[in-house]
Amino acid sequence: MATYLPKTGVISWLTTVDHKRIGILYAASAFFFLAFGGIEALLMRTQLLLPNMTFLSAEVYNGLVTMHGTTMIFLFLMPLIAAFFNFLIPLMIGAADVAYPRMNALSFWVFLFGGLLLNYSFIAGQVPQVGWFAYANLTSKVFTPDHSVDFWILGIQVVGLASLISSINFFVTIVNMRCKGMSLLKMPIFIWASLVTQILLFLSLPVITVALIMIATDRTFGTGFFDPGVGGSVVMWQHLFWIFGHPEVYILILPAMGMVSEIIPVFSRKPLFGYPVMVYSVSAIGFLGFAVWAHHMFTTGLGAWATAFFSFATMLIAVPTGVKIFNWIGTMWGGQIRFTTANLFAISFVCMFTIGGLSGIMHASPPIDYHQHDTYFVVAHFHYVLYGGAVMGIFGGVYYWFPKFFGRMLSECLGKWQFWLYMIGFNMTFFPMHFLGLQGMPRRNFTYAPDQGWELWNVVSSLGAYITAMGGLVFLVNVIYAFWKGKRAPADPWDGRTLEWSLTSPPPEYNFAVAPEVSQVDDWWYKKYKPVSSSGSGQLEKVEDPPYQPDVEDPSSIHLPNQSFWPIVLAMGITVIASAFFFPVSGLYVAGTGILITLIASYGWSYETP
Amino acid sequence: MTALAHSTQTGIDNRKFGMWVLIASECFLFGTLITNFLIHKASILPGTPGGQQVFDIEITTWSTFDLLMSSVAMVLALDACRRRDLFQFRLWTAVVVLGGLVFLGFQYYEFSHFLHNDFGFTTSLFASSFYLLTGCHGLHVLVGTLWLGTIFVTSLVRGDRWFNADVVETAGLYWHFVDVVWIVIFTVVYLYIYL
Repeated sequence: MATYLPKTGVISWLTTVDHKRIGILYAASAFFFLAFGGIEALLMRTQLLLPNMTFLSAEVYNGLVTMHGTTMIFLFLMPLIAAFFNFLIPLMIGAADVAYPRMNALSFWVFLFGGLLLNYSFIAGQVPQVGWFAYANLTSKVFTPDHSVDFWILGIQVVGLASLISSINFFVTIVNMRCKGMSLLKMPIFIWASLVTQILLFLSLPVITVALIMIATDRTFGTGFFDPGVGGSVVMWQHLFWIFGHPEVYILILPAMGMVSEIIPVFSRKPLFGYPVMVYSVSAIGFLGFAVWAHHMFTTGLGAWATAFFSFATMLIAVPTGVKIFNWIGTMWGGQIRFTTANLFAISFVCMFTIGGLSGIMHASPPIDYHQHDTYFVVAHFHYVLYGGAVMGIFGGVYYWFPKFFGRMLSECLGKWQFWLYMIGFNMTFFPMHFLGLQGMPRRNFTYAPDQGWELWNVVSSLGAYITAMGGLVFLVNVIYAFWKGKRAPADPWDGRTLEWSLTSPPPEYNFAVAPEVSQVDDWWYKKYKPVSSSGSGQLEKVEDPPYQPDVEDPSSIHLPNQSFWPIVLAMGITVIASAFFFPVSGLYVAGTGILITLIASYGWSYETP
Repeated sequence: MTALAHSTQTGIDNRKFGMWVLIASECFLFGTLITNFLIHKASILPGTPGGQQVFDIEITTWSTFDLLMSSVAMVLALDACRRRDLFQFRLWTAVVVLGGLVFLGFQYYEFSHFLHNDFGFTTSLFASSFYLLTGCHGLHVLVGTLWLGTIFVTSLVRGDRWFNADVVETAGLYWHFVDVVWIVIFTVVYLYIYL
């Protein structure tokens, strides 16, 4: 039906099934939500600037803690990673699109509506105040009688559904849609990281789905899964949450590791050191990621055996992680390193992530963890991993692939300003938190007394947050400038190694005019560089005319999946069903309407020609 | 589209492969629900009925038999679809749908019987976990019945022009999985208490 839909304008974006456009939509939404999460962080740091501040009330502060964590993880990092998955996976494996283009659009719209549903809590004036982990029994009707927790449960449930759909889509895409010759061990390392991430997603999300349903029935129907009064258990929630929550941490870090593993070889002009070992390390981290969840719960008193097991398994993760760090260093060793903004971010990932990893091993030891639990030391640790690690690595990816996304170069000068503001601001904010934590400053408290000796480091920390915010503004300026006056990007500005650089920037809607064929890892590089002599000296020379993808004379001759309205309609149906929980009287009617929309959209979807 | 869109690396149709991945995910969904049930199987408040008081093992055995037979019909339907035998394809798809509806009928009867015997959703954690697990499974049966019912109606409308064996097999994979889960549920929830 949809062949007549326009190719430009708002309608074309609402109905698009092109993985590149969906990737751009994901990225735009992620940065939109970053503004929320960032402002929440700045407000909290302002409240903590000095002891006994009254800038925020305790209730508002609790809401900000919850929404900052939830937003940054579910509405900023995950969709930004999804943006890269969308844009890069088909290009890197030489495919025309993902396996299910309409499902891809569906997962974006479901994510966006879920994120808006979650943030609607601000407009409704009922902001969740339970932390991003929503520990029982804070979430019970007794402690949260208003709808704030319902916003959280349903928002996460809907956003989780989006991730589940996209994880199945990307998994099938990677395994099934690789171009000719790309066997598993010839895939780019970013694709390997993505593959393992999808497995973690579709195996861990169902657990949180069930857990969220359990809180919902506890609150709505009065079951007592997390109510000790009738035999339920609050620790059970912690188990269910962290069985999801710990793989989730690797879901955030593995793609960043994959990006860094693509960037560092390009800017060192060397192949990735130990590619197969990197693949095994990624897989090992993914596997062990399911066996360490209870290290978040040592202080609940798990018993000696469980504590010993989870402590050991956690320390074991340091092995593949350490291997990766040495491989990145090995890649840079002896290379011709170019310190572009992308590479600076990638190298800072390696350094900052190492610091976060080291404090992680400290937590793995239960006696030390007992001391550090719920202090700022933990806050320092996971910000070093997720911010100094994941965010810095992904910004490297942003600077590296922005030309491919939009056909414009970001300014290197502004980029370096952003990098140094981030680097200095980040370390000023979070390194002192190690000291504060060891001095006993508890997390999540909205203020502190002046006689604790915590003033100095809190001031430093807050000033660091403001410096980081300036870095964020520089990035915004950089992006606007790039669209306005930025240099046009050539097809292969960095002398890249993977297939996406054989395409024009930005790539045409149909991706590859000629089906690519690869014979080794970094195949594109070896199509550009040939051995000087056949004597095997290993010296390479750039060929005169690298085989860039040709243009197609008549693009309309290539059949592409049709645009469709049904994904956005179906996403609306799902969101309406979820929001039925907010209508105590007419809830059933709202749910019925949602189910009706969902059914109509499903049938419309099934019977249209894709 | 270029030639690369129509053949896959593994040789398995994208939809079928996606269903296998979904099944892996669903294993964790039902795994969590079953574990939750096992944890709470003794959480019966004094004065409220437990499994032995309310379960009717005979009826549940019949509904289990019904669901397993519908899986056999599913296999025959797929085989008929591959042979392009329109009559048999319609017949066996209708049998699968009927099997699903009968199972849902049994479940409706069972649930209303339980409710009459003071065994409601919030009676005890045992009851809550029971309803959450079997209800979730029932919802899966409902979705499968709708799906296969749609395939049946499509076949009626389109006749000879519609023999999409990949779609039928994808639906079949889902249906068999829902059956396998029921075998686990039947063992863990119903048979276990008689040991």
